[in-house]
Amino acid sequence: MTTPLLSAREIDVTFGTTRPGDMPWTAPRKLRAVSGVSFDLAAGKTLGVVGESGCGKSTLARALIRMVPASGQVLWQGDTDLLSLSPAAMQRYRSEIQMIFQDPLASLNPRMTLGEIIAEPLRTHRRDLSRADIRDRVRRMMDRVGLLPQMINRYPHEFSGGQCQRIGIARALIVEPRLLICDEPVSALDVSIQAQVIELLQELQRDLNLAILFIAHDLSVVRHISDEVMVLYLGRVMEAAPAERLYAAPRHPYTQALLSAVPVPDPAVERDKRIIPLTGDLPSPMAPPSGCVFRTRCPRAEAACAAEVPAPGPGPHRCACLFPGTITADEVA
Amino acid sequence: MPLLEIENLNITFDTGDGTVHAVNDLSLALDRGETLGIVGESGSGKSQTAFAILGLLARNGRATGSIRFDGDEILNAPARTLNRIRAERIAIIFQDPMTSLNPYMRISDQMVEVLTLHQGMGRRAAEAEAVRMLDAVRIPSARERIRLYPHEFSGGMRQRVMIAMSLLCRPDLLIADEPTTALDVTVQAQIMALLQELQGEFGMATMLITHDLGVVAGFCERVTVMYGGRVMERAPTDPLFERPTHPYTRGLLNAVPRLDRADEAMAAIPGNPPNMARPPRGCPFRPRCAFAGEDCAEMPPLSQAGPARQRACHRTAEEVAA
Amino acid sequence: MVHDTQRMQSLAERMAEDEVAGRSLWADARRRFFSNKAAVIGLALLAFVAAFALFGGQFAQWSNEELDYNVMGVVAQEGGPSLANGHYFGVDELGRDLFARTVQGTQVSLLVGLVGALVAVVVGTIYGATAGYVGGRVDAAMMRAVDVLMAIPYMFVLILILVMYGRSMIALFVGLGLISWLEMSRIVRGQTLSLKNREFIEAARATGVSGVTIIRRHIVPNLLGVIAVYATLLVPLMILTESFISFLGLGVQEPLTSLGALISQGASTMAYGTIWQLAFPLLFFCLTLFGFFFVGDGLRDALDPKDR
Repeated sequence: MTTPLLSAREIDVTFGTTRPGDMPWTAPRKLRAVSGVSFDLAAGKTLGVVGESGCGKSTLARALIRMVPASGQVLWQGDTDLLSLSPAAMQRYRSEIQMIFQDPLASLNPRMTLGEIIAEPLRTHRRDLSRADIRDRVRRMMDRVGLLPQMINRYPHEFSGGQCQRIGIARALIVEPRLLICDEPVSALDVSIQAQVIELLQELQRDLNLAILFIAHDLSVVRHISDEVMVLYLGRVMEAAPAERLYAAPRHPYTQALLSAVPVPDPAVERDKRIIPLTGDLPSPMAPPSGCVFRTRCPRAEAACAAEVPAPGPGPHRCACLFPGTITADEVA
Repeated sequence: MPLLEIENLNITFDTGDGTVHAVNDLSLALDRGETLGIVGESGSGKSQTAFAILGLLARNGRATGSIRFDGDEILNAPARTLNRIRAERIAIIFQDPMTSLNPYMRISDQMVEVLTLHQGMGRRAAEAEAVRMLDAVRIPSARERIRLYPHEFSGGMRQRVMIAMSLLCRPDLLIADEPTTALDVTVQAQIMALLQELQGEFGMATMLITHDLGVVAGFCERVTVMYGGRVMERAPTDPLFERPTHPYTRGLLNAVPRLDRADEAMAAIPGNPPNMARPPRGCPFRPRCAFAGEDCAEMPPLSQAGPARQRACHRTAEEVAA
Repeated sequence: MVHDTQRMQSLAERMAEDEVAGRSLWADARRRFFSNKAAVIGLALLAFVAAFALFGGQFAQWSNEELDYNVMGVVAQEGGPSLANGHYFGVDELGRDLFARTVQGTQVSLLVGLVGALVAVVVGTIYGATAGYVGGRVDAAMMRAVDVLMAIPYMFVLILILVMYGRSMIALFVGLGLISWLEMSRIVRGQTLSLKNREFIEAARATGVSGVTIIRRHIVPNLLGVIAVYATLLVPLMILTESFISFLGLGVQEPLTSLGALISQGASTMAYGTIWQLAFPLLFFCLTLFGFFFVGDGLRDALDPKDR
């Protein structure tokens, strides 16, 4: 088997939070945003990360590129641990991993022109390039992502959401990264524009052999773009499997509940749909439940679930559940 | 007589960049107890239509045409009339419940206030009714939680509170403006199921405004598709999804990935949504439409195409659906 | 379906032609500023005061130090404003030309205001942006230092400096500069904190742009609006402070003068019927303050349209 481009091993992210009124010396309370997440991502492949708000998917992405402090290992091509590099040594890898963001307009500096925005990573990582070289590359990249050359001196607020996301993609790809992290790249866009951006990402992935870490809450979009999908809940991996397997035969109760809740634009399908309801609210990440974090809302939870943290196990289809398998109609009722 | 009847509604906004035509020549009717979906993307004018019904347009907005509610003209009606209607007969829920809940008041006080003011109930009766309503929207231990403040609820629970508040006066019409857009998918499913149940229980007409075709498919009897401030197509839900006859409806359905189908390609609609300060001449969808021709520079009228179906397109239904 | 590339390209081109010419946020702000009547009047006032300070000297018939022996001793009767003897604004107590003195006083007051605001802008922006961007303990330490400095009664410090190092312009600038940046650094820090969490800053950090460059390229340009507004409102505050000092008799030293000093002298001789000695300096003082306040308000509305 070839070495994956990026392997994450047991990633933990813990934040210390202080309450207003705490004294400076009060020990901060621990919030575990991500715990024990591992995955492999090969060049040219897409890993979809799904989960509801507060599941730690965005934090995980930021941990990989050290925007938040994390423990564990992030291996680049199997040997370099990005988390233990010095900041100077890390700089080289920052051009290999680029990121695009959820809110296309907010992720662009309103005082900079489109040309300046796209050129910024080049100016940071390729100091050897001349002004003319940079401009030339920016123009070529703009053409590549479907922006017209005469737009180069315009400002972000003059563009629609879809165009802004194209600008974000151009900025990310101009330094020829090998891994692109997409944090909810289409959820702020109109439906008709989402497909444009997804098509563009897929096309660029094919041409550049890009690895993509695709974070989203829209399970339909994730199914469409991913080779492999990982489901997170309260910072932990619930289930991870090749996309087709996960969608065709989900084993974890949470995955099944998620999938059952997605509305399908087809009245006939909607009428026959059986939703697996989740009871109660998401527990506070400050005080997660013992054992399996999903047990408080799980239709199948038993006493054992409180005692033991289920391991995801090895293999291509990982499922962190003591009682995996398809949930039947009786169980829901 | 329909419960709500909108005729030739036009909404314009005066902005620094000139006049924006948010809604053009919109007509629609809604019967008692009916569920109507209004589908559109940003800038389609769907939310402004709701605001116009309730007389809540921004100060630089102007609406002309006619909106009749239960036979009475309510467009640009005096504030007193509108206030009564808004309080007792038409309710609205928004995407973000925090915009309509007072963060400094307990839920109980807010709900009791509505009931004492508009229904003339005593405090004790009002509170009992409020608890009953929170029970109806499946808020567990409503009797205790009614004493909480809005921020003490989770997003989904807050939307339930909002729905409970909107139903207090048993309105004839509920307008839901993107009620689940800010919620997670599992919570969304719960809220939509709840709305469906309540619809059966209270029998109000519901106007669901959303961009999500999946939500509409599961909830509405009829659907109106809007683009660029105009109605593109309207039909009962089943035939609309089964056989969309307008290029925009068709494009939209092809653009959404479906969870239940693995290898279907997402087909994007090229181009960008129209800039409503400078809309294209004629059909607003023309610049993005694969079927567009010279004649589309003239806006096609909304014409009957089969039973209960109307469409605004110069091409025939057969050409588009083929 | 619509997968025909050529068709999509022609579509894209057609739409590109529909677009209007690009304009930056600054251009938008300029348009809003110039459509605000009060702001334009304020700007005109400032232009007039500036022109008066720069070129007024050319029209003076007398220098600011010359004594006019013809009117000396009979200032109240003969020293009033007059075109005939060249004293457009009359003469002061000692028989010096008030026009020339007002020109000079305006120069000094404007200079004091601008230098004070400039120090505030440079020091306050760098200090506040650094504290806000770095955050954590550094931020806490830097801002506590500002708190401590603000807790010292600044008028007392200013007077002490002027008494200890003599009443020179330099001492005045140093004194005003020391206090003017404090409030600015707080404002800039607050704005930086809210900017720091915006996605475009995160995007720059993810790319590996260094902290200094982020402050310079992303944070400061987005702060300029706030800074411009606050600086414009700070200039009149500096002028007022200087006037107060001068009114106490501690400001700039003769033969230099400032609007504050002139007003002080004019006020002390008011009882002798030489009202022009107060009126003309006061007029220019008020014009300057009005101008700055109107322009400041106009800038705020123009740069932050959400507030309206």
